[in-house]
Amino acid sequence: MSGMHWDRVKVKVLSRRTIQFAAAAVLNGYVLGFQKGRIYTGGSKAVCVPVLNCYSCPGALGACPVGALQAALGGIRPHFPFYVLGLLMLFGIVLGRLVCGFLCPFGLVQDLFHKIPSPEIRIPGKIDRLARYIKYIILLALAVILPTAAAIKEGIIPPYFCKYICPAGTLGGGLPHMIASPGLRQAAGLLFQWKAALLIVILVASILICRPFCRYLCPLGAFYSLFNRFSIYQMYLDEGRCTGCKKCERACPMGVEVTREINSPECIRCGKCRSICPARAVSAYVSVKE
Amino acid sequence: MKKICVLAVSVLFIVTGLLKGEQMEVLGKAVKICLECIGIG
Repeated sequence: MSGMHWDRVKVKVLSRRTIQFAAAAVLNGYVLGFQKGRIYTGGSKAVCVPVLNCYSCPGALGACPVGALQAALGGIRPHFPFYVLGLLMLFGIVLGRLVCGFLCPFGLVQDLFHKIPSPEIRIPGKIDRLARYIKYIILLALAVILPTAAAIKEGIIPPYFCKYICPAGTLGGGLPHMIASPGLRQAAGLLFQWKAALLIVILVASILICRPFCRYLCPLGAFYSLFNRFSIYQMYLDEGRCTGCKKCERACPMGVEVTREINSPECIRCGKCRSICPARAVSAYVSVKE
Repeated sequence: MKKICVLAVSVLFIVTGLLKGEQMEVLGKAVKICLECIGIG
């Protein structure tokens, strides 16, 4: 990194796990909500958090950007979501998918499940590459096109992604409310069974595959991945130092070809490539220049 | 240049949204339990 621009600052990562736990605690800091089975109703909920964190979670202090995006596009007065999109673009251009690696509570849940000892399943390359496009289809179809089209035709429409897929909503919102409220438990039907089953499948898959939801399904990860190649926070491979041992690629939980494209859209900036590199060829920096 | 442009557009979008009062819409949605989101509705 010597000889690089003055505005490139080396970023030393503390303990990623500590930051993940701290982020999950801060984003869901309304502890009373879990006790009372109620959600927080303060002004901070006007601000979208950068991660998939259901605003119906009893502890949530902010709004989920995917839910807010769908509400803007398919709500009572459908409109272009300037505020939500602006916030998402701001998070994306500054951090890229660092958000996924360090701040997302559901990413943390998947990471913890992946700690359970089990044989690692490696998805065949071609299937893996194709399946990674599903998250872009979910982003476009369920979070943008369908709410917009349905709202024009029918008026208020449900948030399709939240209703039929979001496992973070089931885990952070659905389960705590079910535990706290007998009335809601009685009201739970086929939809909740579907969402609970999907959550279980994702959690079991997380034991065998690193972050399956982030890889294949998360619309927010899909959005941030669009910024990874040119975000202000960047990973850097010093090709002069790299010995080509490919330890980084074997260690990468997201299957990124680090030596070919270190700022791949799939990189969640977890820093494992940096910590494992024997030649110290991998680093991270922040730069507002190209 | 690309980074600065995207940064500027994102700030412009946020300010536009704030001026249009979109944050109140986000607040209004976020302070009610979304039954669909938790798998009930």
